[in-house]
Amino acid sequence: MTSNDVLLEMKDILKVFPGIVAVDHANMQISRGEVHALVGENGAGKSTMIKILTGAYIRDGGKITFDGQDVEYRTPQQAQENGISTIYQEINLVPLRSVAENILMGREPTRYGLLDWKRLNTEANRILVQMGIEIDVTKPLADYNIAIQQMVAIARAVSFKSKLVVMDEPTSSLDDHEVHILFETIRRLKAEGVSVIFITHRLDELFVICDRITIMRDGKTIETRDISSITKLELVSKMLGKELGQVRRSGATSFEIKEVGPDAEMVLELDQAKNSPVLQDVSLNVRKGEIVGLAGLLGSGRSEAARAIFGADPIREGQMRWDGKPVSFLSTRDAIDVGMGYCPEDRKAEGVVPFLSVRENLTLAALPRLTHKGIINRDKQKQIVDQFIKMLGIKLSSPDQKIRELSGGNQQKVLLARWLCMNPQLLILDEPTRGIDVGAKGEIQKIISGLADEGVGVLMITSEMEELTEGSHRVFVMRDRRTVTELSREEISQDAIMDAMAHGESENNVEVQS
Amino acid sequence: MTTSDQASGISTTMRDDTRGLLGKARTYGILAVILILVIFNFFRIWNTISNTATFVESGTVQQEYIRSLNQALNVNLTQVATIVIVGVGMTLVIATGGIDLSVGAIMAIAGQIAPLIFLGSIGQRFGMGVTNTLAIIVPLIVSSAVGLFNGFMVTQLRFQPIIATLVVYIGGRGIAQVLTNGYLQVFRNPGFQYLALGRPLGIPTQVYIMFAVVILADLLVRRTSFGQYVLSIGGNERAARLAGVPVNRVKTAVYVISGFLCGIAGLIVVAINSASDANLNGLNIELDAIAAVAVGGTPLSGGIATIWGTLLGALFIQLARFTLISIGVPYEFALVVNAAIILTAVYLQRQRSS
Repeated sequence: MTSNDVLLEMKDILKVFPGIVAVDHANMQISRGEVHALVGENGAGKSTMIKILTGAYIRDGGKITFDGQDVEYRTPQQAQENGISTIYQEINLVPLRSVAENILMGREPTRYGLLDWKRLNTEANRILVQMGIEIDVTKPLADYNIAIQQMVAIARAVSFKSKLVVMDEPTSSLDDHEVHILFETIRRLKAEGVSVIFITHRLDELFVICDRITIMRDGKTIETRDISSITKLELVSKMLGKELGQVRRSGATSFEIKEVGPDAEMVLELDQAKNSPVLQDVSLNVRKGEIVGLAGLLGSGRSEAARAIFGADPIREGQMRWDGKPVSFLSTRDAIDVGMGYCPEDRKAEGVVPFLSVRENLTLAALPRLTHKGIINRDKQKQIVDQFIKMLGIKLSSPDQKIRELSGGNQQKVLLARWLCMNPQLLILDEPTRGIDVGAKGEIQKIISGLADEGVGVLMITSEMEELTEGSHRVFVMRDRRTVTELSREEISQDAIMDAMAHGESENNVEVQS
Repeated sequence: MTTSDQASGISTTMRDDTRGLLGKARTYGILAVILILVIFNFFRIWNTISNTATFVESGTVQQEYIRSLNQALNVNLTQVATIVIVGVGMTLVIATGGIDLSVGAIMAIAGQIAPLIFLGSIGQRFGMGVTNTLAIIVPLIVSSAVGLFNGFMVTQLRFQPIIATLVVYIGGRGIAQVLTNGYLQVFRNPGFQYLALGRPLGIPTQVYIMFAVVILADLLVRRTSFGQYVLSIGGNERAARLAGVPVNRVKTAVYVISGFLCGIAGLIVVAINSASDANLNGLNIELDAIAAVAVGGTPLSGGIATIWGTLLGALFIQLARFTLISIGVPYEFALVVNAAIILTAVYLQRQRSS
């Protein structure tokens, strides 16, 4: 590759936020006319890299060369004027304005100082037709589906004479057919010599559309490879930073789990549940006293499955059984009433009520049991709160302290207590130890094992390999919004899990299309 | 980005301390300012009386002084009562993260219905006791129903609260006027007007109503699961939903409560005036109510409800206005000062939530 073929070079990029190095001397090189994938798990630094490139963030170190020149963009607009367009996950266009206005926004043709609608529409139409799209450009953007909206966003990018188009998870809300249209467009861009940086969590897509791939982990760029020279399994192991063939059950966690016989009763069974497009085909089950791990890469649909089970999202097809009986929940209250609890992944956004005290947060779900004729029984409430603060070792100055003043680990314990005080039969825990310091992490893992000992079924979603290998009786692996594998206690190993994440069997693969 | 979350967590905790101080400073600050205004008025009235006194006996001066004080107290309490009653409902709505612009329109509707009942054919058919009871209950049912409609628009049609209640703000007053073809209803009905003109133990009836509403609402917020649900919805609606809080029902209920309280306020206003004027009843009261809520320390973003704060906020605004006007500041200028007060309160609010 001669240096003339290189469109973009990011070298030694450094970005530090208070308390964290988000991007740590990362390197990336994009050739002209190349589709380049940027992959990594949550917090790997992908978005930060892109934001530095497009001027949304100012870098703390390193060098960016674009089209032969050293650049440092201060705003995304500046980057766009110089040939770098970004298409975000959430489309940032104006839904109620027409397609044509959206494409040419900021550059509308005028006549005598007034908008020249005729030229605006013909020009927009011309750009779209070039991309093989024929739609009515005078209709509001919102009238079209997400795929078309994305095409319009791309058309806008192309019309800026972009040399590089960055696509941040463009396929996350598209169905298979729409993905196909998008890929056609990407191929057309490529043929015109435009480079594309493609960010996705769907591994299959990488192998369909990308030429090369840069893997990021913990703020560092681990490796750049030709896509043809890497296997999916190798890719997954590099993303997670786990070597293949590592010994299982190394004692890295505080789980102590006991055997659960196969004759233990099923508390929850899910059969081919679907909620298209976020869930395609999910089957799993949990026995009493069992910790069942739910594994999968980011975007595989784990959290969506949990929400559907808990009644927060609908299950449109398939069946769910509770204690052997078919159930369908219309609201979270229904799920809570049968004995289910759910600690969401994002504590801040979906767990804690920041202005309320620990006492109030802890008993939020239990209030119906603590009230008589609408009045809260303070004594009963205090008794429960004190009991669980002591039992879980929650560190606070007083139960009336606002929950947001607590550390992440203690907040998580309060949220666990919110469900434990309901004597649940099944707890769904989504990333129960994320963002928690090591000490509290161990304590929470012990609490979870203790619950299982007492006969509570636990469905544990986690990205931590050790929690799956050491803390789970069984593991279900999800991939591309489907459960693809069930691993028994004996079968659980990092290799087996990563193998399933990389190419667990599923029927309607994106690969089939091309 | 877990590490950055932790980092920001630490900084929020540090800010919490200053926030607590600011919060306390503001609550006590308002109390202090109210106290200063009260003391100032004591002296001001004493001054006026002794300067204009032509009485020889000092005892008469004192009697006159007490009479004037009593009058000033009653004027202020009477005027503030409706704002507080409406403001309490507003506080609950705002605590869920909503807002209710329709309060004045609901007052007008309630105020129109009551005289329609006791001046109309029903009044002639039943005795005065039954009629007056109906003249209170029916408007309250209707205003609660309008609140229910607000709640329906917010929770079922998913309108933004400001839009949903704006619809009723516009249409409600129209309906109130249509009820009597736009005519003013003038009446004399001592039974009904006891609501406003009654003086048990020398204090106007609506002041008792005001305190009852404040005390009940405060208990509702602090002691009932409903109150907890209100705060949790305003604090983090998604978390509340996942914890099984019946979000839609609670949200609907706060609009119903707000509507009910507006009904009471609307009846008080027509009882004071011996007339119901659909054009003026509750006009612009939403602004006073929202201002009282804001000054009282309930953030407009929801999650906190300081009922007593709303009472203090309303008293503060009322006293400031009364004092300014009674020392001879022109009404127009008093408005500007009022705006400055609200500005300061909202500024403190922003300091708090940033």
